[in-house]
Amino acid sequence: MSFADKTDERLVEDSSPKAMLEGFVRRMKSGDLGMVPVIVGLLIIWVVFYSQNERFLSSRNLVELLLSSSAIGMISVGVIMVLLLGEIDLSVGSVSGMSGAIMAVLVVYHDWSVLPAIGVALLAGLAIGVVYGLLYTRFGVPSFVITLAGLLAFLGLQLVVLGDNGTVNLPGDSWLIDFANFKFLSPLASYVLAVLAGLAYFGGRVLTIRKRRAANLSAPSVLSVAIRAALMVAGLAYVAYYLNLDRGIGYMPLLWILVIVFMDQVIRKTRFGRHVFAVGGNEEASRRSGIRVDRVYVAVFALCTMFAAFGGVLAAARLQSVAQSSGGGDTNLMAIAAAVIGGVSLFGGRGSMYAALFGMLVLQSITSGLNLIGVDAEVRYMVTGGVLLLAVTIDSLSRRARRSSGRG
Amino acid sequence: MTTTSAPVLSLKGVGKRFGAVQALADVDFDVRPGEVVALVGDNGAGKSTLVKIMSGVYQPDEGEIVFDGSPVSIPGPKAAQQLGIATVFQDLALADNLDVVANLYLGQELTSAGTLDEVEMEKNSWALLRQLSAKIPSVRIPIASLSGGQRQTVAIARSLVGNPKVVMLDEPTAALGVAQTAEVLNLVERLRENGLGVVLITHNMADVQAVADRIYVLRLGRNGAEFGIDDVTTDKLVAAITGASDNAVSQRASRTAPKGAEA
Ligand SMILES: Nc1ncnc2c1ncn2[C@@H]1O[C@H](COP(=O)(O)OP(=O)(O)O)[C@@H](O)[C@H]1O
Ligand SMILES: [Mg+2]
Repeated sequence: MSFADKTDERLVEDSSPKAMLEGFVRRMKSGDLGMVPVIVGLLIIWVVFYSQNERFLSSRNLVELLLSSSAIGMISVGVIMVLLLGEIDLSVGSVSGMSGAIMAVLVVYHDWSVLPAIGVALLAGLAIGVVYGLLYTRFGVPSFVITLAGLLAFLGLQLVVLGDNGTVNLPGDSWLIDFANFKFLSPLASYVLAVLAGLAYFGGRVLTIRKRRAANLSAPSVLSVAIRAALMVAGLAYVAYYLNLDRGIGYMPLLWILVIVFMDQVIRKTRFGRHVFAVGGNEEASRRSGIRVDRVYVAVFALCTMFAAFGGVLAAARLQSVAQSSGGGDTNLMAIAAAVIGGVSLFGGRGSMYAALFGMLVLQSITSGLNLIGVDAEVRYMVTGGVLLLAVTIDSLSRRARRSSGRG
Repeated sequence: MTTTSAPVLSLKGVGKRFGAVQALADVDFDVRPGEVVALVGDNGAGKSTLVKIMSGVYQPDEGEIVFDGSPVSIPGPKAAQQLGIATVFQDLALADNLDVVANLYLGQELTSAGTLDEVEMEKNSWALLRQLSAKIPSVRIPIASLSGGQRQTVAIARSLVGNPKVVMLDEPTAALGVAQTAEVLNLVERLRENGLGVVLITHNMADVQAVADRIYVLRLGRNGAEFGIDDVTTDKLVAAITGASDNAVSQRASRTAPKGAEA
C-alpha cells in the first residue's frame, strides 16, 4: 500500500527499530534535543543522591518531593507559555506572593470563604498579565523591563496587603490546608487513574489512526500503540504503587500534573497553541498570515501571571500561611529555571509543557538530596545556578546545531 | 490572454505617503482572472508598497480599491485573506520552527470539535502540493530543513490555502538558482491555469518574458507604462523603468535594431 505522505523517494525513513534508533541519533545531532537532556539529568541526579543516601529514593521522600514541587511547578506552567513567545516574566515570584496574600487576607480578615478568595487572587494575577500585555503590545516596552518593574511593584503591594502584622496564618481547619498537605488518592483510585490514562491515550491514538487510514495517510499499527499504552499503564501503576507504600499521590501534585497534561493539549492541539508557537517562531510571518499577534501576547502574559497567582495560592495552602517573604527568595528563579532546565528554549518557539514537571523535579531533587546529605542552602544555590547555566548552554548549543544542520 | 474579462482587482488613483516621501501617487492597476501581470520598476519605485496596500498591510491615503466589481477597504491582512487576496511576501513568510502543514495553514487552521484537525490539514496539504507538482519530501519536517526553492514553494502553496482569487508574489525568484527559479515559474503557470489573477513583482526580465501576460511599469511611485507581452522589447522596458532612452542597454539595442529605442 502506498500512502499519500510516503511517495517521495528521497524520504529516508522506515519503521524498523534500527531505523528509528538512527533517526533518533540524527535528530539529537542536529540539535533537536527535546526532553532528553532533562530526563538524563534527572536520572543522574537520582543515582548520585541515592548512592550517597538510600533514603533519597524512598517512597516517603518521593511523596514529599512531589508535594513540595507543586506550587512553584504550577508557576512554571505559565512561565513556559511566556518563554514559548521568546519573552520573559521576572515578576512571577512577586505576583505569586501578592496573590497568596490577597487570598489569605480575604479569608482571615474579611471572613470570605476560600473559593471566592482564590477566585479574586487568580483574577488579580490575570489582570496584572493583561496590563503587561498591553504595555508590551501598545508601547513596545521589553517584557524584561516591564516585569522587572512588576517584580518590585508587586512585592511592595504584597507588603501593603499583608498590613502591619506581616504574617497571615490560614485557619487550621480550612479544607485548603487539608488539600495541600493531607489529602492523598486511595491506592485503588490511583490504579484506576493509571488505567484511565492508558485508555485515554490508546483511544485517542486509535481514533487518529482510523482518521489517517481513511485519509490514505500512513499511520502506526494499532498493536504498537497498544504496546505503548500498556507500558504507560504499567509505568504509572508502578509509580502509584511505590508512592502508595507511603502516603500515596497527593491531591495537590495530582492537580499540578493534570494542569500540565491539560496545558500540553492546549498548546499542541488548539489554534491558540499553534499561534503561540508561530509567534514565538516568527512574529512577522504570523502577523502577515492574519494571526492577531497582539492578542496572543496579551493572552499569554495574562495566563502566565494567572498561573503565578495559582502557584501562590498553592504555596500558601502548603505552608498554611502567607508572610512578607512569600514568593520572594528563589521562587522566581526556580520557576523560570525549571522551564529552561526542562528544555524550553529562551529564544522562543520550542519547548514542551512537561518541562514544568521534569525541570521542577530536577530542582526539587537537588534541594531534597542536598538536605538529606546535610548540605546547607549556600551550596544548593551554587549547584542550582550551575544546573541552570548548563541548561541554558545546552539550549544555545542546540540552537547552533539546528542552524548549521538547517533546522532553524 | 483573457484581457476581455472584467478585472478581479483594480486600483484607481491610489496614493501613499510616508512622511516626506510620496511613495505612490495616482496609481491605476488591474488584474484579471487567469492572467499574470508583471509589476516592474527600479528599486524604490513603490512596488512593495503597492503590494502591501493590496494585501492590507498599509492603508492608502487616497484612491479606490475595487474587488470583484465592488469598492472595498482592506483594513488588515486578515481582511485581504477573507476577500480572496493572497500574498507571498519577499521575506519573513514562514515560521522555521513549525512543519510544512502548520505553515501552510498558519492563521487559517482547520479545527474539528475545537482542536486542530491535523489529519484533514495534512491530507489537503498533499493534495495542494501535488496539484502544484511540488517536490517536498515530507510535510512533517520543519521548514528550516527545506531548500530555498522548496521554501518558496511552500510559501506559494500557502497562499492558495484559502482558495484566493488573486495571488501576489513579491520577487519570488530573487534568491533562487536556475533550476529552482524554473520550478517557481512553473508554479506561476499553474496558478494562471487555475484561473487566478497573478501579480508578479520581479527584477528579472527573463521571468517577465517567461510568464507575464501584461506588464506594468512603476516609476518614482507613478504609473510609468503598460505593455502587452507581445509588443514589448527589453529596451522598451528598460527605457520605461529608467525614464531615459539614453542608456547602455538601449544604446546597444539601437545599434543592433535601430527601430527599438523610440518608446
Ligand atoms: N514603511 C516605510 N516608511 C517610510 N518610507 C517607506 C516605507 N516603505 C517604503 N518607503 C519608501 O517608499 C518608497 C517605495 O518603496 P518600495 O515600495 O519598498 O519600493 P520597491 O519595492 O519598488 O523597491 C521608497 O522611497 C521607500 O523608501
Ligand atoms: Mg520591494
